Amino acid sequence: MFDVLSRIVRTGILTEPSASPSIEALQKDIWGILGRALTIRQVDAGSCNACELEIQALNNPYYNLEGMGIKFVASPRHADMLLVTGPVSVNMEEALKRTYDAVPDPKLVVAVGDCGACGGVFGTSYASRGAVANVIPVNHTITGCPPGPAAILKGIFEAVRSTFSGVHR
Amino acid sequence: MNFDFPEQQPVQLPANIPAGCLRVNREQWLQTAKALHDANTRLLALWAADDRDRDGCFRVYAMYLLPETILVVEHAIHDASNPMYPSIAALFPSALRMQRAVYDLLGIASDESDMRGWLRHNGWPETLFPLRKDVDGSAHYSIAPASYPFVTVEGDGVHEIAVGPVHAGIIEPGHFRFSVVGEKVLRLEERLGYTHKGVAKLFEAFSQQDGHRLAARVSGDSAVAFSWAYCASLEAITETPVPLRAVYLRALALEHERLTNHLGDLGALGNDAGFALGLTQFSRLKEDLLRTNTVAFGARYLMHYIVPGGVSVDLPGRARGLLLKQYQELERGVVKLRSIYDEHAGIQDRFREAGRLTNELAERLGAIGLVGRASGIACDLRVDHPWQPYDKLRPKLITQAYGDVAARVQVRFDEVLETLRLCRALLDDLSSGPIQVQVPIAEPDRMGAGVIEGWRGPVIVVLETGRDGAIRRCHAHDSSWQNWPLLEYAILGNIVPDFPLINKSFNLSYSGQDG
Ligand code: SF4
Repeated sequence: MFDVLSRIVRTGILTEPSASPSIEALQKDIWGILGRALTIRQVDAGSCNACELEIQALNNPYYNLEGMGIKFVASPRHADMLLVTGPVSVNMEEALKRTYDAVPDPKLVVAVGDCGACGGVFGTSYASRGAVANVIPVNHTITGCPPGPAAILKGIFEAVRSTFSGVHR
Repeated sequence: MNFDFPEQQPVQLPANIPAGCLRVNREQWLQTAKALHDANTRLLALWAADDRDRDGCFRVYAMYLLPETILVVEHAIHDASNPMYPSIAALFPSALRMQRAVYDLLGIASDESDMRGWLRHNGWPETLFPLRKDVDGSAHYSIAPASYPFVTVEGDGVHEIAVGPVHAGIIEPGHFRFSVVGEKVLRLEERLGYTHKGVAKLFEAFSQQDGHRLAARVSGDSAVAFSWAYCASLEAITETPVPLRAVYLRALALEHERLTNHLGDLGALGNDAGFALGLTQFSRLKEDLLRTNTVAFGARYLMHYIVPGGVSVDLPGRARGLLLKQYQELERGVVKLRSIYDEHAGIQDRFREAGRLTNELAERLGAIGLVGRASGIACDLRVDHPWQPYDKLRPKLITQAYGDVAARVQVRFDEVLETLRLCRALLDDLSSGPIQVQVPIAEPDRMGAGVIEGWRGPVIVVLETGRDGAIRRCHAHDSSWQNWPLLEYAILGNIVPDFPLINKSFNLSYSGQDG
């Protein structure tokens, strides 16, 4: 137990001031717009998994995601936003559509990574539908292969601002 | 190795480690498999190709790991109207799913009775085999999903739990069907293939000089291993000597990939055992390493790094000191966390005996890579089939005997520490000089292999060249193919709530096996 406590004390608080001031401003906006936490359901619709790893990285202590009022949830029914990585494989098309339908309105879809945004190296084929927007409506895209956590965070905030401004819930 | 048909001897196959290719007929295909099975070899991969445009044949290939070399057994199937070959799954159980995939992509059938679609989930017509040369891979089909005939277990109080393909976490998609009594798992059946992106077909649209970009994205957590395997196959075919500095930098990148993933897994495993501090601490160490990657290699995830003939970015002068400091901090942190894990009764209670894969089962089913090593399978290509620079580095083989979650955790801890030693040695011996040479366009119809021990296990790329720098066929194989079926055994008798922990301790790739 002593080891555990000393490890905690010695590590201290690692959370960084947001990667850029613009993120902090965006975060304030979100509180203004939503007035509460943002819940996100992540869906891997066929990615190579590196995009997932960078989304997971948002949960490490440097980014303090929950401290910013963002939470990943287990059910689409609890989600405000779907964060989808692609390309959408043909074998995931139906599951993605069903997940989308399960998210309550008004819902927000953010496509993450070059693949989710435009199909990336995989493009479209017998096995791939390419961009997420080819399968469900998309509000915002975050490019990069994979985009880093800071870029993903910024993209999430921008999506909320551009979509929910003016919508009162 | 002696076969009953000594008139045929393997011909040399270009590869980064000693390799041969043996051409066999239908009977010999099975005889060879038997002989190799009796000699305790491992199946590394099984795939096929459409060569009807060349000589009217289909071909099926099996790659085996022998003590001194790898052997590719090639069988040409002359009856192209009804292509069939004998299944080797009774000898090498992991072949079963690979054979199903061969059928889905090429319509070449084994004589196995289980012919359920593996990669094809009704997303394209049953009579369309996308990897055939006369099929346009870019066409779209809209076909309704069909149900999959899972094997059902009947009996008093048995019920089924279906999970996936979309999981309640930030992870890849796949489907798990549990048959349970109370909480106890009687049977698990996996259904994978959800992330099939048509990689094999897509390779044929890439040039030889460009294929590494796709290879790096077969499984993003193993980008270095796959892109290295791809480049190694092309460099072997073209007999391109890669500059020594680039060789060392490739190994440094591969070892960073191992560190990154092991750190992530150790944190997630602690978390799944109810110890959130483990996740916080390890994810912090992982993030530090990814940020260092940006300085040393130019990005957090190294999709771009390994290119034909070398590496794309030189290690900047200031990186050396930064890396050494990082290794020291990592080592200190990991040693400390290891003692916390080891002494924490709650964690050990969850880790021990959970998801046990006995050595006997691991041997019989052909376990490989990290999962194999945790069940006493002494196999690490860096150690037993070293390629440059591992022949100089001489990594230590790390194994555990017991095969439970605790053993897979210990292998990761030991490998992290050994990898840190390798990283330092690589930096110490790093010579100056160029980091890339030009790779010439390969002659058409040449085959070569790249075999790399990634963090999960062997990553294999077999490349066949086409005309004017084109790719004729490229098969990329992840060791997850071998180890996924083992998870179905490891979970037996465990309780459903332990599945996430056991699954995480395997941490197999979906995208890497789905292709
Ligand atoms: S954008 Fe890049 S990292 Fe993300 S899924 Fe596509 S290939 Fe993988």
